[in-house]
Amino acid sequence: MTISPDNIVLWSWGPVSLNGTLLYSWIVMLLLVGGSWLITHRLSSSTDISRWQNLLEVLIIGMRDQIQEISRQKPGRYLPFVGTLFLFIGTSNLFTIVPGFMPATGSLSTTTALAICVFLAVPLYGITYEGPLHYLKHYIRPTILMLPFNIIGEISRTVALAVRLYGNIMSGTVIVAILISLTPFFFPIVMQLLGLLTGMIQAYIFAILAMVYIASATSAHHQEANGPPEDELATSNETQERS
Amino acid sequence: MEDFSLIGMTSIITAGLTIAIGSIAPAIGEGRAVAQALMAIAQQPDEAGTITRTLFVGLAMVESTAIYCFVVSMILIFANPFWDYTVSQAGD
Repeated sequence: MTISPDNIVLWSWGPVSLNGTLLYSWIVMLLLVGGSWLITHRLSSSTDISRWQNLLEVLIIGMRDQIQEISRQKPGRYLPFVGTLFLFIGTSNLFTIVPGFMPATGSLSTTTALAICVFLAVPLYGITYEGPLHYLKHYIRPTILMLPFNIIGEISRTVALAVRLYGNIMSGTVIVAILISLTPFFFPIVMQLLGLLTGMIQAYIFAILAMVYIASATSAHHQEANGPPEDELATSNETQERS
Repeated sequence: MEDFSLIGMTSIITAGLTIAIGSIAPAIGEGRAVAQALMAIAQQPDEAGTITRTLFVGLAMVESTAIYCFVVSMILIFANPFWDYTVSQAGD
């Protein structure tokens, strides 16, 4: 029984070894990139759209609305980062039902990498859209005494982000593996269904938390609806101008 | 042999106790949070989206404490440094 796909070494050549995590995350990446490319290079703006384009539109609009509601800012800046997080984790967790596929998110290395991405994205967004001084003022709020606790909180929430995703997905796969060795057909399937639900919820939570952390670093001083300077992004959603 | 059995025993017992005791409080907390969220949704169905989203974020925060316990028990069972040390000592 393998705890994480890190331990599955498929191919090694000298110092280079290809383990399961790498392979499966690359499979997911290729699927996402290839699928998106296939769909988006034949977009149409008429009412007669393909079902795949419809799927993508539903996904993108849903993510935009969620980001808009959380951050109270225009979603276009955050959509690439947060949306990619959600799609990658969600796809990885969705494919746990494929036999032989182990989700890359079930290894601590993948989740740590994603959490470090969030950890770096928060100050990047904060400094870009608020300026370094405003961003650094977050750390001495409400008083200067809270500075060490704010820093500790920043680090521990990153650790929690990584470990939460890892623990949920890994426990799901391990439980299914144990059950398959104990009981036949039926019961593992139920647990896999539960694992699917957990996986999608975890993907959602990861993206939402990333967005919440970024929003807390970017939205402190903009009480009005017209926030920081805006990039060239204007869609004619009626949800856009909700202040 | 003394070391082996002692370290293995304590690790396993502690791992079980860790996950058992450590998941009590988060479970109670999450149950209360869900109950409150359901009441809030029942009173204000229009705000279901916001309530649900905030509930999920809060649940994730609460859950992280249980996950810490889970990780500690996993480390105790699968990646116990003292166990590895005694095994390597015995190997010499």
